[in-house]
Amino acid sequence: MQCQCAANGSDLSLLEPVLAEYADIRGSLTTVLQHAQEIYGYLPYDVICHITEKTGLTPARVLGAATFYSQFRSQPTGKYLIMLCDGTACHVNGSARIAAAVQEYLHVENGGTTEDGLFSFSIVACLGCCSLSPVMTINEETYGALTPAKVLEILKDIRAKEAAK
Amino acid sequence: MSFRVTVGKGSCGIAAGAGKLSDALAPLLEGTGIPLGTVGCIGMCWLEPIVDIYETGLLKARLVQVQPEQAPMIAQAVKTGDFSVIEPLRITKEDSAFLTQQTRIALRNCGIIDPESIDSALESGGYQALGKILSGGMSPEEVIECIKVSGLAGRGGAGYPTWSKWNAERQFAGEEKRLICNADEGDPGAFTDRAVIESDPHTLIEGMLIGAYAIGAQEAIVYVRAEYPLAIRRLEYAIREARQKGYIGSHIMGSSFSCEFRIRAGAGAFVCGGETALIESLQEKRGMPRLKPPFPAESDCRNKPSNINNVETFANVAWIINNGGEAFAAIGTEDSKGTKVFALTGKIRRGGLVEIPMGMTLRQVIFDLGGGIRDGGTFKAVQMGGPSGGCIPESLLDTIIDCKTLAAAGAVMGSGSMVVMDDSTCMVGMAKYFLDFTAKETCGKCVRCRIGTKHMQEILTRIVSGEGREGDIALLEELCNAVRDSALCVLGQTAPNPVRSTLRYFRDEFEAHIAEKRCPAHTCTGLLHYRIRPEKCRGCTACARNCPVYAISGVVKGPHEIDPSSCIRCGQCMASCKFGAVTVD
Repeated sequence: MQCQCAANGSDLSLLEPVLAEYADIRGSLTTVLQHAQEIYGYLPYDVICHITEKTGLTPARVLGAATFYSQFRSQPTGKYLIMLCDGTACHVNGSARIAAAVQEYLHVENGGTTEDGLFSFSIVACLGCCSLSPVMTINEETYGALTPAKVLEILKDIRAKEAAK
Repeated sequence: MSFRVTVGKGSCGIAAGAGKLSDALAPLLEGTGIPLGTVGCIGMCWLEPIVDIYETGLLKARLVQVQPEQAPMIAQAVKTGDFSVIEPLRITKEDSAFLTQQTRIALRNCGIIDPESIDSALESGGYQALGKILSGGMSPEEVIECIKVSGLAGRGGAGYPTWSKWNAERQFAGEEKRLICNADEGDPGAFTDRAVIESDPHTLIEGMLIGAYAIGAQEAIVYVRAEYPLAIRRLEYAIREARQKGYIGSHIMGSSFSCEFRIRAGAGAFVCGGETALIESLQEKRGMPRLKPPFPAESDCRNKPSNINNVETFANVAWIINNGGEAFAAIGTEDSKGTKVFALTGKIRRGGLVEIPMGMTLRQVIFDLGGGIRDGGTFKAVQMGGPSGGCIPESLLDTIIDCKTLAAAGAVMGSGSMVVMDDSTCMVGMAKYFLDFTAKETCGKCVRCRIGTKHMQEILTRIVSGEGREGDIALLEELCNAVRDSALCVLGQTAPNPVRSTLRYFRDEFEAHIAEKRCPAHTCTGLLHYRIRPEKCRGCTACARNCPVYAISGVVKGPHEIDPSSCIRCGQCMASCKFGAVTVD
C-alpha cells in the first residue's frame, strides 16, 4: 500500500529490528504494535502505515487492532504517565476522590495531557494491587494507600524536581 | 547458625517498598555469608513489605511492615543471632492465623520459593510430577483419569470439569494441537493469577506441560495481560531456565514428548478473557468473540484445535499427580472439590490472597481470615466474580463456598475476586460501576450487549444523579433478561448479573434513590443535601472560607447557612467544621 498520510516524521529505522524479528511470523501483530509503542511512546500514523507495508497485512487489520485494544494510544503522552486504578477494590476505597484531586491540581481530564506536556492522566481498570487500594502508577513506580493529600504531595514533588532541572 | 533472609517481592510488596528495603539490606549482609533471597507473594498484602528469616530451612521469624530504615536491625539480628532487637517487627499471632486457616495447594510455593530460580522450584518438588509421568509412569489417558478422580474444575469462572475438556481435546485426531493458558485476568478486583505467575511460575509451566502431554499438544501459549509486566518478566525467565534444563523443547526429560512454550501479552481488552475472543486475539485480529460451535477444542478452517484453561487450574495439576486424585477430591464439598484462591479486598482489615477449601462459609473467610470490616464499619455485602458476578448480603453470610450454592445465591466464584463493602458503599452506585465497566469493554459485535449495556448504564446514571423515574426498575429488569438471554458471549450474558443481584437484595436502595431522591449510603453526590445545624454552629466561618463556590453565608459568631441552589456538594464544609455542625442527608 502506498501510504497517503501526512508523515509524523517518526524515525522508522528504530522499528527495523522489531520488524526483522516478527514481520514474517503469523499472529504477531499485537507484539509488533506493543514494541512500536514502547519505542515511540504511542502509535504514530506513519508507523502504523510502515507496519502495514512491511507485514503485508491490510491497513484495516492493523488499524483495527491498534484501535481495539485499550493499551494502544494514538496520541503522545506526557513525560509522566499517571495511571489511576479504578478496579473494584480501589473504587470501593475511594479512587474517585483521588481522581478529583489529580484533575483539580493538574487541570487535566481523564485521557488528557497537561499543557506543559509533563503529565498525562488516565483512569484504568485493575492494576492488580488491590490490597493497597487506592493505587496509582506513575511511569514504573507504584503508589498505594493513597489519600488526596498524599497524591498532591507526590505530584508537587515531581513538579519541583522538574522545575529544578 | 545458618540464616537465610528473604524479602517478599510480588507487585504488592514492591509497591509497598520491598525493593528499597531489599536494596538497603543487600550491602549490610554482603560478606557475612548470609544469603539474601527474593520470594514472591505470601498473600498477606496488608503486612507488606515482609521479611522472613530462615534457620537451616525452618522459618525462624516473619517480620512485617518493615521499612528500609529498619534494615540495620535485621542485619544485626542475623549476624549476632540475638533476635530481641527485631521482636517489635514480628508478625502477631492474630495475623499469623490468616495463613494457618488456609489450605494451600495452588499457592503452595508462593512466598516461599524464589520465583527467579528453577533450583529453588526443584528443591520444593518442582517437575517431579512431570518426571513421574514421562518416565513411563502414566499414559495420557491415566493422567486424564487422575484429574477426573480429583474432580478439578476450571478456576477461571465457568467451573467446567478439566478432565472433560482435556478428554474432548485428546479425542481430536489433529496433529497440531495447542494448549493455552488464560492469564488475561481482567476482572477489576482479582489478582490471583498474577500472584501465582509472579511467585511460582514453574508450577504453572509444569501444570501446562502435563496438560499438553495429556491432550497431545506440542505448543503451549500463555496469554497474559500486558498490565502485569513483572509476571511476564518472571515467566519469560522461568521458561528460559526450564528450556535450559530440558523441561521445555524437544524430547523433554529424554522422553518422546516435545512441547514449545511462548508468551503472548494481551493488550487490554476484558472481552478477550472469553475463549473465542482470546483465540481471535491470538490471530492478530480484534479480539471479538464468535458463535460456538465450532468449539475451540475442534479444528476449523482457520484455527488449530485449542484447549484453554486458567492459571489456577494448571497450578493444581502437579499437586494432584503427586498426591493422587483422591487426595484432592477429599477436600471440599460434594459439588466442588479441592480449594479455591480468592483475592480478598475492599473494606476488609486483612486484605490479601487466601486459598481455602471449598465448603468454607463466607463468614469464615471474611471475618475469621479477613478479620472483618476495617475502620469500624459495618458489613453490608460482598461482591464476588466482578462484572460477571453478584453481591451477597449480610443475611446470607453463612452461605458455603461452592459452585452451586453460590450460583443459587446470585453470585459466582468467578475469577476469585471478593470485594467486601461496608455501609458507606452505595449498592446502586456499585451496579452502575460495573455497568460502566462492561459498557466500556463491550466489543460491539452483538447488538444486545452493545446497546443493552449502554441503556442500562444510562438508566443507572440517571438514578444515581437523582433523576430516576418511576418504572426504571422494571425497565432495568427487562433489559437484564434481554441481554442475558441473547448476547453472543459470556461478557454480555453475564453483564446484567451485578444489576440483577443488587436489585434482588438491595431493591430498597434503588427505591430510595428513585422515589425519595435519597442515597442511604450518602455517596451519590447528586442526592446529598448538606445542612448546618444552627444549635451547633459557633459562627467560626471555617466552612464559609473553605466553600469553593461561596454558597455559605453568615456573620462571625452567628449561625451560618448553606444555599442549596449553589451548593456543589463537595463536602469541604463538613470536612472543615470542628464542631460537627454540618450534616448530610
